[in-house]
Amino acid sequence: MRLTCPLCGDRDRREFYYMGHATYLDRPAADAPAEAWDAYLHLRENPCGPTHDLWQHEAGCGAWLRVTRDTATHEITAVELAR
Amino acid sequence: MRVPGYGLMIDRDAPLKFRFDDTWVNGFEGDTVASALLGSGIRLMGRSFKYHRPRGPLTADSAEPNALITTHDGARRIPNIRATVQPALHGLRTRSQNAWPSLAIDALEVNDLAAPFLGAGFYYKTFMWPKAAWEKLYEPAIRRAAGLGALSGEADPWRQEKAFAHCDLLVVGGGPAGLMAALQAAEAGTDVILADEDEILGGRLTREAEQIDGRPGHVWAAETVTRLTALGVRIMPRTTVTGAYDGGTYGALERVSHHIADPHPDLPHDCFWRIAARACVLASGALERHIAFPMNDRPGILLASAVRAYLHRWGVAPGRRIAVFTTCDDGHRTAADLRAAGIEVPAVIDPRADAPDDAIRGEVVATRGRLGLKRIEIRTSGGGRRWVDCDALAVSGGWNPTLHLTCHLGARPVWDENLATFLPKAGAVPGMTVAGAAAGLFSTTQTLESGAAKARQALDGLGRRHQPVTLPDARSEAARQIAPLDVRAPKGVRHRAWLDFQNDVTTKDVRQAAQENFASVEHMKRYTTQGMATDQGKTSNVAALAVLADATGRGIPETGTTTFRPPFSPVPISAMGAGAEGAGFAPERFTTSDPAMRKAGAPMIETGLWYRPGWFPQGSEDWRAACTREAAMVRATVGVADVSTLGKIDIQGPGAAALLDFVYTNTFSTLKQGRVRYGLMLREDGHVMDDGTTARLGPEHFVMTTTTAAAGQVMRHLEFVTQCLRPDLDVALISTTEQWAQFSVAGPHARTLIQSLVAEPVTDETFPFMACGAVTVAGIAGRLFRISFSGEHAYEIAVPSRYGAHLWRDLLARAEALGGGPYGMEALNVLRIEKGFVTHSEITGRVTAFDIGMDRMISAKKDCIGKAASRRPALLAHREELVGLRSASGAQITAGAHLYNQGTRPDAENDQGYVTSPCYSPALGTYIALGFLRDGRARMGETVRMVDRVRGQDTLVEIVAPVQVDPEGGRARG
Amino acid sequence: MRFNLLEIVRQGLSGNAGWQPHWRAPDPKPEYDVVIVGGGGHGLATAYYLAKEHGITNVAVLEKGYLGGGNVGRNTTIVRANYGLPGNSEFYSHSLKLWEGLEQDLNYNAMMSQRGVYNLYHSDGQRDAYARRGNQMISQGDDAQLLDRAAVRRHLPCLDHDNARFPVLGALYHPRGGTARHDAVAWGFARGADQRGVDLIQNCEVTGIDIDGGRVRGVQTSRGAIRARKVALVTAGRSSQTAAMAGLRLPIESHVLQAFVTEGLKPLIDSVVTFGMGHFYISQSDKGGLVFGGDLDFYASYAARGNLPMAEHVMEAGMALMPMIGQAKVLRSWGGIMDMTPDGSPIIDKTDIGGLYLDCGWCYGGFKAVPGSGFSLAHLIATDTHHAPAARFRLDRFATGALIDEEATGSQHNLH
Repeated sequence: MRLTCPLCGDRDRREFYYMGHATYLDRPAADAPAEAWDAYLHLRENPCGPTHDLWQHEAGCGAWLRVTRDTATHEITAVELAR
Repeated sequence: MRVPGYGLMIDRDAPLKFRFDDTWVNGFEGDTVASALLGSGIRLMGRSFKYHRPRGPLTADSAEPNALITTHDGARRIPNIRATVQPALHGLRTRSQNAWPSLAIDALEVNDLAAPFLGAGFYYKTFMWPKAAWEKLYEPAIRRAAGLGALSGEADPWRQEKAFAHCDLLVVGGGPAGLMAALQAAEAGTDVILADEDEILGGRLTREAEQIDGRPGHVWAAETVTRLTALGVRIMPRTTVTGAYDGGTYGALERVSHHIADPHPDLPHDCFWRIAARACVLASGALERHIAFPMNDRPGILLASAVRAYLHRWGVAPGRRIAVFTTCDDGHRTAADLRAAGIEVPAVIDPRADAPDDAIRGEVVATRGRLGLKRIEIRTSGGGRRWVDCDALAVSGGWNPTLHLTCHLGARPVWDENLATFLPKAGAVPGMTVAGAAAGLFSTTQTLESGAAKARQALDGLGRRHQPVTLPDARSEAARQIAPLDVRAPKGVRHRAWLDFQNDVTTKDVRQAAQENFASVEHMKRYTTQGMATDQGKTSNVAALAVLADATGRGIPETGTTTFRPPFSPVPISAMGAGAEGAGFAPERFTTSDPAMRKAGAPMIETGLWYRPGWFPQGSEDWRAACTREAAMVRATVGVADVSTLGKIDIQGPGAAALLDFVYTNTFSTLKQGRVRYGLMLREDGHVMDDGTTARLGPEHFVMTTTTAAAGQVMRHLEFVTQCLRPDLDVALISTTEQWAQFSVAGPHARTLIQSLVAEPVTDETFPFMACGAVTVAGIAGRLFRISFSGEHAYEIAVPSRYGAHLWRDLLARAEALGGGPYGMEALNVLRIEKGFVTHSEITGRVTAFDIGMDRMISAKKDCIGKAASRRPALLAHREELVGLRSASGAQITAGAHLYNQGTRPDAENDQGYVTSPCYSPALGTYIALGFLRDGRARMGETVRMVDRVRGQDTLVEIVAPVQVDPEGGRARG
Repeated sequence: MRFNLLEIVRQGLSGNAGWQPHWRAPDPKPEYDVVIVGGGGHGLATAYYLAKEHGITNVAVLEKGYLGGGNVGRNTTIVRANYGLPGNSEFYSHSLKLWEGLEQDLNYNAMMSQRGVYNLYHSDGQRDAYARRGNQMISQGDDAQLLDRAAVRRHLPCLDHDNARFPVLGALYHPRGGTARHDAVAWGFARGADQRGVDLIQNCEVTGIDIDGGRVRGVQTSRGAIRARKVALVTAGRSSQTAAMAGLRLPIESHVLQAFVTEGLKPLIDSVVTFGMGHFYISQSDKGGLVFGGDLDFYASYAARGNLPMAEHVMEAGMALMPMIGQAKVLRSWGGIMDMTPDGSPIIDKTDIGGLYLDCGWCYGGFKAVPGSGFSLAHLIATDTHHAPAARFRLDRFATGALIDEEATGSQHNLH
């Protein structure tokens, strides 16, 4: 498996760290209800198909990346800086 | 036997000898072990797995199920080598396997007599009574009988390597299709790798009498290879592409020195390649299939293509009278080639209605010859039966495209009724196109043409311009074939027809599986073990599927297929795992003081890739004596320890303070410049991630310290927070762990030592407790932190790493002059336990701030990572809380012991907690510990029972506050 | 038909023509008391124990593909009860007791073999963590021994004890752990359930869950609608999809775990050995193949296959731990889809929808749980009360914080 880091280019999967679904970008407000935190930390749509997930080019530039990827085929269609 | 005038790839001027069991066998350069054995008239090469049936080679290639041997001696022994691909090497030691006392007389052949009782899945139905007998009696006997070859039992001494390669186009297979694909792509200026499992490229062209462009096919192949090399194509012979993976990554096993009798010691045996290819042309050819007919497994029964291969490539005939049984035109080609070589072909049997006139329309329904074929019985289409004497039989059941790699990403092949075979599914592997016989194109003309065409398709995908290459002239007839046949024996004749030769799966087993409702192809496979042997069913799966389809009254497409998974052919663990033996499994990180510490005799202990000293033994001290002395030394004089392994993260920018406020539970924006503060960091799920001190070196400049083990995790976390959650903060981070060598100087004489070293005055005014600042150390710009992990008056002094070794020596000399010395991890641990400081022994990842009594450090005035989740109800009540423990009996406290209330049974229901960090405290003169106890903070002064069953300890301990030495903290401040 | 040696002889003498199907191939009835979605190990075991323990036999198991086609047929066959935390400890303890005697119970040789499980340690910290775990195991009534270096050397001569990177200092030894023949476990439960009247319906995909008035009423399938009073979703690997049919969002992310098998070799590894520094575990099957595996591939996936980095890492761990297996050749690798939860422990619970039950989130520990999970879920379905050993496997524990985080890695799904 290979990912194309927007800063470094096409690299082997071993340079990257995987965190989970891009949900992690949408951190609830400090005073959000407990349900919002439960959903943020635990509940996942977990699709069999296209998804967005978070990777870090840990052994490269260190950039966190939002990757559009198919969980059924592993096809990667977009890699962008996570913001 | 050898056939004069034949043998394209052997050098009759280069004879060699190798040993097979107790026999010396003659062969020539270019032989395989199997061709040399057959050339010497030896057909019996192995025994089957289950019935121990005598077996000879079925193939001349890597799909071989029968002729498995062991090569080499001693630690270098390699089991389960296919004799059909192992080059014959002068002096090589080879052995048959899975037979005792000898290959010809094998005691376990008795299994074959019991075969009626050992059919599909018999073991699921018995060996259950009496209960204990399975493990005591049956299973040990089965395990002893099972297995093929044996490993040496010693560490694998073969040198192995791994490597990466990149290319625009990977061509898998160097037959006519692959050569043309490579040529087409190379002429377009593409970066090409051409890999073939054979030693010599050309594929079938090295094994047939065939003309291309008016010259022998193998000559054309060799010339083409020369052209490709000139065009810059990387040719990789002896390289099997073993797997297709995501993103155009392929695994490949190169057998680097298997063909060399006495390889240079620096040469690896294998090299496992990871090839990143932007496109791939799969030109892996096709594998001939066998026919399921009664007693079809005897030595001397070979695939028709293998018979041609032995004849043409190696000048070997597997017998003197070779009959042919075929359901495909290629069988007739074998007959013609044999006759042309002067070998008698007593019968060509072809059941097809349109069989050539000179063939016998019929089937083989019986065979004879225990250790080698002697005769066959033919049943003609008219129903007549007769015996024919022959010592070999060439069989062709048609061809299956070698489409395995197309299945590795999950695609299933598609049945083609016209070709009577499975074809690769289109688009099965992104970037891969399939050419030649692998795509079901069985004539040389077609394969040449498709190789070039598929390469052009790949070039289009890569956006490369190209001109069509000129196609050479070649034979154009494609062999016609019919669906796999299941030849039934005449009524009343007991027989078995093998499908999976190695695992001894017969057509009866498949039919029995269907009868027992293992009707799904996966069930059949798992129940009968069809296709699960070392060849993974390469020559048998399709035939087995046809039998299952017939038995269940379905067509082959409805029956479906099992899938192929990597590797295409077996890969040694040492090749894919090359480099990890010895110290190679994980990187090793060394501090600048490491050589000096080792020289001082300190045992170095791994902590999160780093090595740290356990203790510094003096004289005959054991670890405990050394540890106790060192801990007492720190409390009495001064000790020096290397703490460089702790993570150091440099944080700068206008947003630095706000970042720290967000990642730490407590507040850092209020920290004054020149001061240090302890910080507690949570994971977003509310549990403690790490702790450490952070120093403010400037208004917008902080240095964070992490624990050794969590340094990487914390760095990644900070990157995530700054890039993803708080991009509003203008802040930059960098790990400086390896840039600074940092040493702890602790004890009552610490200031004396430090002052003797640094230029600046070090007083309670200039460097009060929890102060930090720049200092000059022997003219070098360094940093000084007045922090303590021992509870003593202590400093950490940091210099750029290149001065670390020197500073360590200097510190030791100064400490020793003050009656002190170095201390290791054991003493460091004792000192911190006495002070109740936690490490990852306590903050394991399941522990909250509440649990370690730091809930009040979660600031109410601000948000921070983990704050919300730490408020979950089950995290705030009835928890196991950090406590100090003190031996109530004088007995030792042991880590991992559990705690129970006195008077209760020490079982799981009554569990109250556990011990995390015990030690002997020289300061207190007794055994103490840290641990967790249910509602422990409210239970100070109680005595509980400590039970450590795995170490046989059972004693009473008193619950005390975690800080057991100097609870007021005066020693560190003063 | 009872399976025994006599029957094998009888059938063998008559040409093996009289063997009966191990289970029927019934058409679905319009209505069942209980419909179990998923014909894997857990679903089949649930059906078996519903029938055997609770007399509930009007049960259908609906399987999209073939019985036992999920992770029960693609794992490294390890059975153990060596967990360290309350919740897991009592559950796996109960499950192991069911394993002991399973063959006699099922009249099917699942080849449960208590060859012993060794968790190696390489540092004092690991030793102490294993001591804590071993003490938990013993206090739960299971067996554990903390072996020192010399003892491990005696027990497991096949290791590189003096490995230059991670020398073996000792092991936590669990004698009652071992391996079983994975497919046979599924088949044995299937046959046992079938014999008790359960309908095992293959090639029957559930496409919808009928809910009315807050209660489950049945399921829609590729073979028509089926009414049911109770429905259990036992579809590890696809849990999120089946739960979504009922409008539920689960605390699960799916990940791929690879495993590997070598060609058959004469006996060399007699037990199960795990190497924590490499997340590597290995045993040798009765057929002689080395069966081994490692950690997750780490990215969310439904593709039952892995990639090279983890495959190589696993081989590297093997070479570090036991370089004597270097010339063993890997024959086949495969991947299974794991329901990864935020604490690494499973879920056996009711839902807010009446009559709808969940059994999911087994991470990569599902095989050894097969009997225990079936037993506990059957208890829950039959009685609507939690079976004590599985009482902590609650769906709401992530919201409440009553976690069972054995790996101590927190809420990131793939770190367990």
